[in-house]
Amino acid sequence: MAGASRAMIRNYADDLRLFPTAAKRVSLVALIALYLLVPWLINDEWASVLALAGVVAIGAIGLNLLTGYTGQPSLGMAAFIGLGAFIAGYFGGGRIADGIGYEFNVFVYLFIALVAGGVVGFVIGLPALRLRGNYLVIVTLGLVFVALYVWQKWTTFTGGNEGSPMPIKADVSLGFWSIDFLKPTVLGKDLGPKQGLMYLAWGFVIVTALLVKNIVRTRPGRALQAVRDRDVAAEVVGVSLFRYKVGAFVISSAIATFAGVLYGLYLGYLTPDQTSLGLVLSIQFLAVIVVGGIGTIYGSILGAILIGALPKIIEQFVPDNWNLPVLGWPIVTNNAGATGFSKGALATIIYALLIIVFLVFEPRGLAGIWRRIQAYFKTWPFSY
Amino acid sequence: MTKFFSLLADGIALGAVYALVALGFVVIFRATGVINFAQGGLVVFGAFLVYQAEQTWGLPFWVSALFAAVCVAAIGAAFEGLVLRRMIGQPIFAIILITIGLFLLVEPITTTIWHNPPGGIETPWGLSRVTIGDVKILQVNIATVVLGAIVMGGFFLLFQYTKVGVGMRATAVDQEAALAQGINVRRIFALSWAIAGVVAVVAGMMLAGGAGPAPGLSVSLAVIALRAFPAIILGGLDSPGGAVVGGLIIGVAEVMTKGYIPDLIPSLGPEFGDIVPYLIMLVILLVRPFGLFGTTEVRRV
Repeated sequence: MAGASRAMIRNYADDLRLFPTAAKRVSLVALIALYLLVPWLINDEWASVLALAGVVAIGAIGLNLLTGYTGQPSLGMAAFIGLGAFIAGYFGGGRIADGIGYEFNVFVYLFIALVAGGVVGFVIGLPALRLRGNYLVIVTLGLVFVALYVWQKWTTFTGGNEGSPMPIKADVSLGFWSIDFLKPTVLGKDLGPKQGLMYLAWGFVIVTALLVKNIVRTRPGRALQAVRDRDVAAEVVGVSLFRYKVGAFVISSAIATFAGVLYGLYLGYLTPDQTSLGLVLSIQFLAVIVVGGIGTIYGSILGAILIGALPKIIEQFVPDNWNLPVLGWPIVTNNAGATGFSKGALATIIYALLIIVFLVFEPRGLAGIWRRIQAYFKTWPFSY
Repeated sequence: MTKFFSLLADGIALGAVYALVALGFVVIFRATGVINFAQGGLVVFGAFLVYQAEQTWGLPFWVSALFAAVCVAAIGAAFEGLVLRRMIGQPIFAIILITIGLFLLVEPITTTIWHNPPGGIETPWGLSRVTIGDVKILQVNIATVVLGAIVMGGFFLLFQYTKVGVGMRATAVDQEAALAQGINVRRIFALSWAIAGVVAVVAGMMLAGGAGPAPGLSVSLAVIALRAFPAIILGGLDSPGGAVVGGLIIGVAEVMTKGYIPDLIPSLGPEFGDIVPYLIMLVILLVRPFGLFGTTEVRRV
């Protein structure tokens, strides 16, 4: 009785449950088992793709808290990702060979990134208190360019135009047990750096997802959604706009900067320029939450896997030179001078089309599709 | 003083370009309430279409410009009709994102079609200079200001004295009321996008032709066009006059900073000029959130 009836939400307590159904609890265990197993099963290249997807998922969950749940669109992700990555370079020992920076333990500089991101987020959140919608998007757009300038000029911290190497080890030692996430040895088997990073990133995906899920399903989350739906009305019923608007910025920026550290570890070397930390990076994070589903956490994760894996999927499955059948028009080429899209250009075009197509035809994203499938089977055989 | 005046000329030319791009933003914003991020993309696409018609097909400059203007206007109107029309009633954020999607499409498509063209656009005035007193001014800068003034003047005449212009103003005030008065709001939407397309082509053509301190014909023109955002924030999102004033202020401020900062405070570097528009914008937004000439948004409870 209890197991089956939970499929339908009957009261408020059911709605608030973290894992409402037996099926969800089972699938969670299965996913954790998968998390532990996958790095052993796949090769370095796909591990690298999944590591990136994990990093993107963390940032996207943070952005979703701000944009999806609080209704504050932000194009500023690239700035925070950059901040996190350069914190990794400076405090993680990436530049210790040049006699600059520190060589801290990975959890220490992840913590530094959280604090720094939160502080910067607070400063950005203050003007955002006065701005909404259109204006906020433009201000955060400006943030990307200002941050890029700061990275290029602040050479002690970022290495300036030459860029900054990232830490080559991310080791944690607890005295009796130690692990280097960039060269992990698990049960006597050596794993590659990407597998280690994948463990680290997806571990934090779980932590971030639980944390944000707990924020949004409880009182602060309801306050955030009230602010999103009608901020004046929310204020009237006693929701402090200052607290929740700025608070959402602080938490979201802290998470984004945290993701930035992992992004730095993933890249290995970071030069501040338009291609690495420009507007396109910010847009990619927005693409992730739109494709995944605005205002859902598992949607962000699904979106991150899809968008994170897209370049690799194209690389792997699209032939180097591909002409349109029948008409023979060149679509893909790896020859720089020839007609046809390069694979990088193809990836960008697919991002852009995904954003447009999802917003027009499936505004609730992959999560919406998934929910529809669920609803179909829940009410089966009386589905409509 | 010579340096000051030549910088001023550069700044006003760049400001005229910003004003044109900003005008495109404002026209679309007034009609549809959408900030069109793709405007920068239209600027780039317009510049490359002029290049295509002039350099590849060998058409005269003005014919090429006309051709590009018609094409980009059609692209704008088509995008509005095919994609944005379906989004009416959706959250503003979703609509902005769609235009960002369009913006993202432009770079890979232009680089795929045109790669990196070796030459730029050949303009009738080329790179020759006019000397006034001690100051040498690029003719292209003068042409930009004159052409910009003509286009903007034409727009104001259309806006103020024609039936379509009245329809646009009415739509800006209240879409439903305008519809009830028999104004074809759909046509106004499409027309707004077409106008934005035309001003984008003029702006792109002048930038690619060497106006202001521009890099010539390249996809990075889109980044320059994005700096028209501070101009509209400065002027107010819904004020065409504000767009012109804002554009000129931002253009002059940017060029002046680039010219003087390396001497005054060398550590800031010439790149500081690139972010000056955004810094001005931040200050303005903190003091006057709706710009210098924008309508203060009334929030109803």
